Amino acid sequence: MISQVFILSSKGDHLIYKDFRGEAGSDVVSIFYEMVTALTGDQPPVVMSHKDLHFVHVRQGGLYWVATTTADSSPFTVVEFLNRLTALVKDYCGTLSEKSVQMNFALIYELLDEVVDYGYVQTTSSDVLKNFIQTEAVSSRPFSLFDLSNVGLFGAETQQNKVAPSSASARPIQSSREQGVLMKADVQGEIRVKCYMPSCSEMRIGLNEEFSIGKSQLRGYGAAVRVDECSFHQAVRLDEFDSHRILRLCPSQGEQTVMQYQLSDNLPSAPPFRLFPTIERDNGGRLLMYMKLRCDLPPKTAAINVCASVPVPKGSVSLSQELSSPDQSAELKPQSRAVVWEIPRFPGGTQLSALFKLDVPGLSSASMLEVGPVGLSFELPKITATGLQVRFLRLSPVQPGPSQRWVRYVTHSDSYTIRV
Amino acid sequence: MIKARLTLFRLSAATMPYLGSEDTVRELRRALCNPNVQSDQLRYRNAILKVIRAMSQGVDVSGLFSEMVKACATVDIVQKKLVYVFLCSYATLNPELSLLVINTLRKDCQDPNPMVRSLALRNMTNLRLPSLVEYVEQPLTAGLKDRAASVRRVAVLGWAKLHNLQTNSEIDAAVVNELYSLLRDPDPVVMVNCLRALEEILKEEGGVAINKPITHHLLNRLKECDIWGQCEVLRTLQRYRPQSEDELFDILSLLDASLVSPHPPVMAATLSLFLSLCPGVPAVSQAALERVRGPLLATCGSVSREMRFTALCHIQLLLRSLPGLMGAHYKRFFCGYAEPAYIKQRKMQVLVELVNDDNVAMLLDELRGYCTDVNTDTAQAAISALVSSCVILCGLGAGHIGRSYSDRCLEILIGLLGLKQEHITSAVVQTMRDLVWVCPQCSDTVCLAVEGCEETLQDGQGRQALLWLLGVYGERVSSAPYTLEVFIDGVRCEASLGVKMELLTASMRLFLCRPAEMQDMLGRLLHYCIEEETDICVRDQALLYYRLLHCGIEETRKVLQGRRSDPSLGVLIGRPAEPISQWACSFNTLEPLRQGAMETESASRGSPEHVTFDPKRNNDPSDTLNCGHDEEALHSGSDSAIVRTDSTADVLGSSLTVPLSLSVSPALSPEEFELLWLQPQVLHTEQGPEKMKADKDCVCVEEHVRCPEILHCSPQSLQAAMQLVNIQTLAFTPPHALPLRVYLYTHTQRARVAVTPHSTLILGELLYTGEGNQKVGQVDGGVVVVEGREDEQMKEGEQATADGLSGRDTGRTDREQDGVKVTLKQHPRDENALKGFLSILTTVLHTLSSESD
Repeated sequence: MISQVFILSSKGDHLIYKDFRGEAGSDVVSIFYEMVTALTGDQPPVVMSHKDLHFVHVRQGGLYWVATTTADSSPFTVVEFLNRLTALVKDYCGTLSEKSVQMNFALIYELLDEVVDYGYVQTTSSDVLKNFIQTEAVSSRPFSLFDLSNVGLFGAETQQNKVAPSSASARPIQSSREQGVLMKADVQGEIRVKCYMPSCSEMRIGLNEEFSIGKSQLRGYGAAVRVDECSFHQAVRLDEFDSHRILRLCPSQGEQTVMQYQLSDNLPSAPPFRLFPTIERDNGGRLLMYMKLRCDLPPKTAAINVCASVPVPKGSVSLSQELSSPDQSAELKPQSRAVVWEIPRFPGGTQLSALFKLDVPGLSSASMLEVGPVGLSFELPKITATGLQVRFLRLSPVQPGPSQRWVRYVTHSDSYTIRV
Repeated sequence: MIKARLTLFRLSAATMPYLGSEDTVRELRRALCNPNVQSDQLRYRNAILKVIRAMSQGVDVSGLFSEMVKACATVDIVQKKLVYVFLCSYATLNPELSLLVINTLRKDCQDPNPMVRSLALRNMTNLRLPSLVEYVEQPLTAGLKDRAASVRRVAVLGWAKLHNLQTNSEIDAAVVNELYSLLRDPDPVVMVNCLRALEEILKEEGGVAINKPITHHLLNRLKECDIWGQCEVLRTLQRYRPQSEDELFDILSLLDASLVSPHPPVMAATLSLFLSLCPGVPAVSQAALERVRGPLLATCGSVSREMRFTALCHIQLLLRSLPGLMGAHYKRFFCGYAEPAYIKQRKMQVLVELVNDDNVAMLLDELRGYCTDVNTDTAQAAISALVSSCVILCGLGAGHIGRSYSDRCLEILIGLLGLKQEHITSAVVQTMRDLVWVCPQCSDTVCLAVEGCEETLQDGQGRQALLWLLGVYGERVSSAPYTLEVFIDGVRCEASLGVKMELLTASMRLFLCRPAEMQDMLGRLLHYCIEEETDICVRDQALLYYRLLHCGIEETRKVLQGRRSDPSLGVLIGRPAEPISQWACSFNTLEPLRQGAMETESASRGSPEHVTFDPKRNNDPSDTLNCGHDEEALHSGSDSAIVRTDSTADVLGSSLTVPLSLSVSPALSPEEFELLWLQPQVLHTEQGPEKMKADKDCVCVEEHVRCPEILHCSPQSLQAAMQLVNIQTLAFTPPHALPLRVYLYTHTQRARVAVTPHSTLILGELLYTGEGNQKVGQVDGGVVVVEGREDEQMKEGEQATADGLSGRDTGRTDREQDGVKVTLKQHPRDENALKGFLSILTTVLHTLSSESD
């Protein structure tokens, strides 16, 4: 049971405050913010208590989404509720940011009113909610040429009066680490459907025929697409799944996760990046790091927004670098004690190199040990780490009028670490 | 502050020039009252929006109440909703004006549009005004019978709100009946809301009645509910007790699908229900835990960090009962570099639990990687995780594998010292101190490692740890005197009290083994501390040492050379699996998520002698071990070369009729012990030894236990054995000294009456005078002085035990002289507990002596 819900900006501005049960005063908001600021570091624990008050919060879009509750309530439920709330707000407002919340506060109050009554969650289904929500969303995005990257799938559709198409996107998150050999790889993926058809009867999503679940089961003769575990949204009908790998569902409006899957260790393809580092001291007491980074993706694809973070010894003062092409950049971040090397676009099958020279006063051989594991973050469009593909995406019966559909694949790195 | 924020907002929204709070209200009022605005629906709505916006930013706009009441009468639903948000926030401040709203609301309840009806009904009950109750009841009653489910949902919860507004009033039985009948409503949300409302209305009676028909009705409709409804139903059903085993298993198999639900809240609620339905069937709960492993691990990889954290905390709970549950999946708990510190720390805690022969190499490598984390808290947590796993490896230990990996562990720690970073060095030195205290076999390596790390140590905690190590192991660290000299020279500028005290002790200890090098500087240190130091504690300690030195070097040695280690603590780390019921009640509550936060705060540590480094403390609030487990512990401890149990233990264990549990917490300081110990002693002498005294709340018993070989077992193993059964030894004479004395204490807890657990404190002294100088006259091999009414029984019991034993060691002839005199004091008096305690103690002593045979 949820007593209050409020949304705070990272600077402590009160954006939304709703009291469902009238058990505690509105000063809880400032109590919460005081507790957050009293902590060192910017990652306050999920649950905090002040006397009888228990705060559970999630951080999304740079905002604190906080619920106050009783000690015996289920943390799974409260966290899931807050996540669901952020998803709903994102559905309606397009993006999650301080600005979009501020501009749509009336809508969020309305949402909260329908979603929770007297502290009990009534419904979070966007299908049901769309009948009740009357306020129109306000787009927070002023038109800007520089903001094109932000024209996501979502905001655009909500504005277009929900006559928009449906899409499926697979979004595996890859996390791996290697040391010459691959030590550990985890892929977590999901198929999400975003659907804005005013009335959509049934959608059929066909996956690769050779898709298999678990270790023993193998299908077809081609390269198997295998995952360890797989779970489906409860609305998905699986009667054609075993024979033809077809998911059938009647999607509700908005965004939903249709399928989640996991794969550990046995990846079908090589990890996308390899690093060949050389680290030495030169005569002048400077630290030289020569990094060769190789992208092992298929030649026609590319990784974008690649960012390598190389931990460097404490007390590093300045950095000079030689990079292999002008669009790359590198910067020394003393706060996080790392050199951040950014590569906006990295085509498959190519190799980049960089030479970093660091001035470290009092460099000893021991501080070489501090040059730690390199973390990479990147985005791989058009690629799934498991090889999972959507063969087709059909609506039945065929919709009259204009309907567009698209399928997008993307792989995001979660934690891609390479030991040096 | 608020003003500043308002300015910012104003500028960005560019609606009005900056005005103070009062001006804002005036401005808003003007807009609301403007007839031109009122006639234009959009402008009117915009004005109201501004009011709400100011409200949620913390401006007090309660002065606009009457204007807002007027705005309530409109056909525009969006405007209505906005006004209601305002009215519900300020109604309690303006009860009279709120009466004006009621009419509009009641009219809306008749509206043909169900959305308007439900909106009016909901906000009518949200005003939270007791004075309005009479106006609300009628529409609520009508609402229960409304055609639209959305109105019924609101009406059902409305009754709960109404009840909480006037908790002392009588509950209308008709309403309760109506709510019960609505449990059969076709709409699942109405059904779930009925459950919630009844829970609140009938709180005093213990909530909604959960009988068999209701249970089965709810279970059958579980699938219709969404996840929130399912969680609510599962939670309510926890109170149900199935009438037969068949019924239980029917329910369980019905719930199996939700146990592996992809929705974490449903999965957790189902597991909670499983655990509460069958507390008596451990096999079932265990199977449920194993079944839930997959979904829980999946939740650990969830996109939401908060959800991941929640799952991790609950996995820690599960591991307390099934330590092997996640063994094969240890890689799932490796940290990602972008994860927040609170997740990393939890993951490391889990990783340490999962150390075994197969994964140890990987785990150590992984942990080493975390030690250089940018976040210092994470780095320190990683270092202590490394040490904990090292201790566990030492404990696994006799084996070759454990040995070589604990070396590897140390190697990593020493490598970290090479980084010469303050926080890392400090954490490493502190953990090394704890390590040698628990695993003395590591001391050689540690001694080599600590040389030269004083330069990087800056904080008090770290330097204290270093000083302790130098004092205790100084003879093996060649540079120890020089290091101390640096400290002694700098003592004037030393700010930390703890460091000064530790420095004194360390210098004294080092002086004992390396007098030539230390004499001069010890003199300087004592001189400074006695003559110039302002802090009274430091001065007193210096004076004490000074006088001690006057008594001669041997005396000093006796006082200062205490224990160097306490291996028994290491043994305890491989703790037995807890029963599931220990944590079942906190599963799926906020409790497990908060525990960790408290642990990290209690990080300040002193010297190990003064510290109860009790690994169980972290996990188990009650910290008790009951008798049944004691026996298990004795058995399982057999490979740890401390206790080898035999059949006597079982005999004694089974002779105990009352379940009794011992506990060492709350801890007793030596001073408190002395006080309590001497108190009845006075009483004793006053009344004369003949009629010693069972006075009202304390009892004193003397007892002889035949335990011939007690002298030959080291104090360490004695202490370790006592620890296993939760008896704390507080002090003892050095090994092989005569007479041998051991002081100990424990707390007993016994469910005397089913309801109130009864706890007592027992203090004890073991005195072994040896063959030569028996001072105590003994009546026979059994009991010398036993007082109290029912002690006769005990005497018999003891006799029986003694007889049983004498069958085993017939070789012993001189029974009288082998006795250990046990003197026990108990507060408050509870003979049965005392008897139970004695038999445990006897068992331990016998076990020890039979081991040394």
